[in-house]
Amino acid sequence: MGELSKLARYRVTETLLEARDLACERDLRLLFAQLNFAVQPGELLQVLGPNGSGKTSLLRILAGLMPAAGGQVLLNGRAIETQRSELARQLLWLGHAPGIKGLLSAEENLGWLTALHEGASREQIWQALAAVGLRGFEDVPCHTLSAGQQRRVGLARLHLPGPKLWILDEPFTALDVQAVAALEQHLQQHCAHGGAVILTTHHPLALPADSYRRLDLTQGAAC
Amino acid sequence: MNWTWFHKWGSPKWFYEMSGAWLRALAWAAAVLLLLGTVWGLAIAPQDYQQGNSFRIIYIHVPAAFLAQSCYLMLAVAGVIGLVWKMKLADVALQCAAPIGASMTFIALLTGAVWGKPTWGTWWVWDARLTSMLILLFLYFGVIALSQAISNRDSAAKACAVLSIVGVINLPIIKYSVEWWNTLHQPATFKITEKPAMPMEMWLPLLVMVLGFYCFFAAVLLMRMRLEVLKRESRTRWVRAEVEGRA
Amino acid sequence: MLRLCILLFKRETRLLFRRPMELANPLVFFALVISLFPLAIGPESRLLATIAPGVVWVAALLAVLLSLDGLFRSDYEDGSLEQWVLAPQPLSLLVLIKVLAHWLCSGLALVLLSPLLGLMLGLPERTLGVLLLSLLLGTPVLSLLGAVGAALTVGLKRGGLLLALLILPLYIPVLILGSGALQASLQGLPTAGYLWWLASLMVLAVSLAPLAIAAGLKISVAE
Repeated sequence: MGELSKLARYRVTETLLEARDLACERDLRLLFAQLNFAVQPGELLQVLGPNGSGKTSLLRILAGLMPAAGGQVLLNGRAIETQRSELARQLLWLGHAPGIKGLLSAEENLGWLTALHEGASREQIWQALAAVGLRGFEDVPCHTLSAGQQRRVGLARLHLPGPKLWILDEPFTALDVQAVAALEQHLQQHCAHGGAVILTTHHPLALPADSYRRLDLTQGAAC
Repeated sequence: MNWTWFHKWGSPKWFYEMSGAWLRALAWAAAVLLLLGTVWGLAIAPQDYQQGNSFRIIYIHVPAAFLAQSCYLMLAVAGVIGLVWKMKLADVALQCAAPIGASMTFIALLTGAVWGKPTWGTWWVWDARLTSMLILLFLYFGVIALSQAISNRDSAAKACAVLSIVGVINLPIIKYSVEWWNTLHQPATFKITEKPAMPMEMWLPLLVMVLGFYCFFAAVLLMRMRLEVLKRESRTRWVRAEVEGRA
Repeated sequence: MLRLCILLFKRETRLLFRRPMELANPLVFFALVISLFPLAIGPESRLLATIAPGVVWVAALLAVLLSLDGLFRSDYEDGSLEQWVLAPQPLSLLVLIKVLAHWLCSGLALVLLSPLLGLMLGLPERTLGVLLLSLLLGTPVLSLLGAVGAALTVGLKRGGLLLALLILPLYIPVLILGSGALQASLQGLPTAGYLWWLASLMVLAVSLAPLAIAAGLKISVAE
């Protein structure tokens, strides 16, 4: 099957993740309500909005880390509360803090994080670290790395076999220009292979405008 | 099975509208029962042949102790309902009931100590029941402190629910171990637990007082819950209408 | 699944041993609290021997509690907990292994140190077996119950004192049974009953506490 027909097949399959009438409340303040959108395989969705508009909260609700004040999140057409383990198998979550232990080396960290899903061989981990520009830092304790390098250790998970749906909270923080460009490329490639990405960022994506969708939380509708 | 009654309890508005009438009924029942029980217990019931008039404090001590324990059980039941069925009203009930339970425990401890003075000659004895009560008070303090410490309302309710469920599983273990500890260390003292069988004239007012305390508890709990529901739903139209209608 | 459990166990012990001082602190605390009592009460050995069961157990209680304050804190701060909550594996199993690793590294050391401190308090040699055994059965219960409190308070800025307030009342049965066993052994009475009770408490804690810890962590992460 060719690349194109594969893509077409993904397009017609049902939506991967869907939000229905989603509402979020923090400390008695309504951040957003009646939020509806869907993410198909092969799509990249950028969540936009000023600070405090509920971007991170939205991602946390989608990942099932936080209950919504109203509405539902559906994975493959079924509510995520009824299929937590299925969601866990299909979802890769990278939050503000990516779960990297300062006392462990990059390799040890990735070995454990990938073991939670499919697992990865040592070679694969080394390749992933090389792909994010950390060749030679494989067995250095992560607390000796710079903030940007630590961020890259977390992002190396995106180069390892694992779930297809990525939810990334501010993945570009602390990265330099080349790393940002490489990550954008990688995200696009992931989508081309049938994966899906939902991310928040303040940084304008340098991708063709028709290759991804934006969801502005101040307007409450995907465009 | 028909679940509509259950879903009704999930609606704060329905609760607020219905609880007004219950509150009136419960408050009246509590007032009548407490008055009747107090007069009966303090003035009419006969003296105890061993302890004289000092035994009359049981008309406060025993109901308070009963209530203190059943209130903790209620916390755990509300916790289970809140965690499993995500019913907001159960969260409200849990957080509103904890301080009432703590004050009942405190009353039970205080009256126990006051009773201890004429009975044992000292204010405090490490009697099994009193010690269990003291531990129960600490358990209540834990729940209250946790609910105050967590700023997010829903997280606080859930955390308290988990804590009170763990506490309720522990409570019988604590009770038995304390009783065991007590028999090991204090073989021969007068025990509240081993009173001679109480005659009917003493027992009936006690029953009235216990019922009165339960009604009082339910009334206070409803009052606190109604206030909390109003606070939580302050953004909704029905609460605005309610508050403006009163003002 | 077993492979993952072993991997997690290795990771946790590795993390603990890379901060050896943090493992030693509760032990020093344990020894310090015990040596305060002769200083406060007087060096008379008969008096010390009679209060020794209580002193050893209270000190063990506090030392375990102190060591648990930070059990989940770094995991919470670096985002590891989010990854755990979102992992396909049951969270209660993961936390059980974590607590087990923690107990093996800190609780067990405390148990092994206790005969020495018992001798310093004037406990006769024949009671040391019971001291060891009662602590061996009791401290896992303390660790598991304490972990419930640590999970509930992990998101709070100053959780330490609150943790003690929540958990110490729940420690009372273990305290009564543990020091009771030691007292009985001191008086030459049979101790098997106490130890069986402690063992059944341990079984109960191992089977139920992980569920409560997992629930607590989910609540703390959702905040």
